[in-house]
Amino acid sequence: MSFISYLINGISLGSVYAIIALGYTMVYGIAKMLNFAHGDVIMIGAYVVLTAMTGAGLPPAAAVLAAVIFCTVLGMLIERVAYKPLRNAASPLAVLITAIGVSYLLQNLALLIFGANTKSFTSVVPIPPVVLAEGNLTISGETIMTIGACIVIMAGLTLFINRSKAGQAMRAVSEDKGAAQLMGINVNGTIALTFAIGSALAAIAGVLLCSTYPTLTPYTGAMPGIKAFVAAVFGGIGSIPGAMIGGILLGIIEIFGKAYISSQMADAIVFGVLIVVLLVKPAGILGKNIQEKV
Amino acid sequence: MNGMKKMNKMTRNNLITYVMVIVLYLIVQALIMSGSLSSLMQGLLVPLCAYVILAVSLNLTVGILGELSLGHAGFMCVGAFFSAFFSKCTSAAIPVAGLRYFIALLIGAAAAGVCGILIGIPVLRLKGDYLAIVTLAFGEIIKNIMNILFIGKDANGFHFSTKDVMALNMEPDGVVIINGPQGITGTPKDSSFTVGVLLILLTLFIVLNLIHSRSGRAIMAIRDNRIAAESIGINVTKYKLMAFSISAALAGVAGVIYAHNLATLTAQPKNFGYNMSIMILVFVVLGGIGNIRGSIIAAIVLTLLPELLRSLSDYRMLIYAVVLIAMMLFNWSPKAIEWREKYAEKFRARKKAKAEEV
Repeated sequence: MSFISYLINGISLGSVYAIIALGYTMVYGIAKMLNFAHGDVIMIGAYVVLTAMTGAGLPPAAAVLAAVIFCTVLGMLIERVAYKPLRNAASPLAVLITAIGVSYLLQNLALLIFGANTKSFTSVVPIPPVVLAEGNLTISGETIMTIGACIVIMAGLTLFINRSKAGQAMRAVSEDKGAAQLMGINVNGTIALTFAIGSALAAIAGVLLCSTYPTLTPYTGAMPGIKAFVAAVFGGIGSIPGAMIGGILLGIIEIFGKAYISSQMADAIVFGVLIVVLLVKPAGILGKNIQEKV
Repeated sequence: MNGMKKMNKMTRNNLITYVMVIVLYLIVQALIMSGSLSSLMQGLLVPLCAYVILAVSLNLTVGILGELSLGHAGFMCVGAFFSAFFSKCTSAAIPVAGLRYFIALLIGAAAAGVCGILIGIPVLRLKGDYLAIVTLAFGEIIKNIMNILFIGKDANGFHFSTKDVMALNMEPDGVVIINGPQGITGTPKDSSFTVGVLLILLTLFIVLNLIHSRSGRAIMAIRDNRIAAESIGINVTKYKLMAFSISAALAGVAGVIYAHNLATLTAQPKNFGYNMSIMILVFVVLGGIGNIRGSIIAAIVLTLLPELLRSLSDYRMLIYAVVLIAMMLFNWSPKAIEWREKYAEKFRARKKAKAEEV
């Protein structure tokens, strides 16, 4: 029974990673940049929910909605102010460092506003836990909610990317920015939209993460952010199903590593598996290996 | 001045870098003598030397080899722990601090360099962001391993464990050398500011000479166009590995300096985690990718900036972040560069007009 319970916990944690990784991978696919501040948007999202619920007394659903809206605006603002001026910079590292600067900025803003103390987060999930197999297996409401949200987001995003006009524009821009512009696609608008969607997903991920692991500090987002980045690379960065598979696999590996090998070694195991996967498949599990043309 | 002009531009440029380091060293020494440097600032001097070496060595990977590495702190960590382990074991056997420190430096550099080769062989096949993520993973793994490693020594030799001190099964007279998350305590404090500056000069000598050698030109050719370099017979793997392992070994040297300045060496996220790797990358990019002198200046300014802003207490890291973003936008945004050039043009024209008036 414990195996199944670990597996479910792994999928649940992996679903959170997957939702964060989706934001990473979409932004990477379209803007070709590693958005290091993505993890901190998660943390901001969680603080907004906390403030809205305890401070303003809003019901959980309204608080989550507020966080999603806040993070969407924040994501677009960051893109406009910090990343857009550097889009055609001589080195792609410039925007990476700026993203690190934004990450520091968000962490320290949170530190100033909310303080360094760990805040306990009250779960926003109204679903009661499900008890199976005569009480041997309990699945918490948070787990069900997280996995469900992940499936819904995945399905919705796939439909959006493949079927809608804006999704088509996104694919075109990620393939060739110049050609897309010539076809009359609003490249700036499309990139802004991508950041908006990515940040909205980050807010949802933040809520789910903090509902499952109910502590919140200004640095809460940093490690899940890095892990999600690893998940995105794992599955093949730029690929949406890849981010999903990478995230869930990463979650399962982490929980199993903690349970069966060593709890302190869990991170090393996750990163070790990543290295092995990349050595065997250098473009990730679902990544396309593009041949270089001379 | 005439003599300076006769030298070629490259030699002059290198010379300016060396002189800059020496002058800064003399200024700091003068400040220490006159007692106008707070003890807080004096405590920063040795780590500052380590950061400068890290920045210069990472610039070799990022600027000259053209590969993004996010695990430089991992190599520093390897150098720090291997050398501290050596120094602690031999602090009684080799009483001469200078000799011991010299061997520790060699060990730290060799250990980090070997790690660089081991990581480099498989990993340098990967490109761009994938290389970055694997180096990041390597750094995190090293940090994680150092946190669960226990090594003790007694009459029977060394004992290893990954659980706790009790699992070492030592005789009663055994000494714990590496104590898991508590790290290594009691490394002799052999690093000093003067030694640090000498090592900076040595690092500069190695890196600058490498850049201007035949190998260095081969490495830069690979950076600019791998396929073209391969087609004229440059052994891509060999030169990539060369640059990467030298860069790693120098990071190991920085680790030795860092470790021999601390009473307790622990592998924390803030000193050996990816945050540290990123901080070094910030030095390199802000100082100018491929510009060695820029890396030194950026490392100094950005290390001192939070200390200079100390009076602003809570706001200092916030201001640091804002300054970082603003500097990046100003330095790299195509619009800002255009604006700067226009302004410089105007300035030059005005100067010329003034000169003609006279």
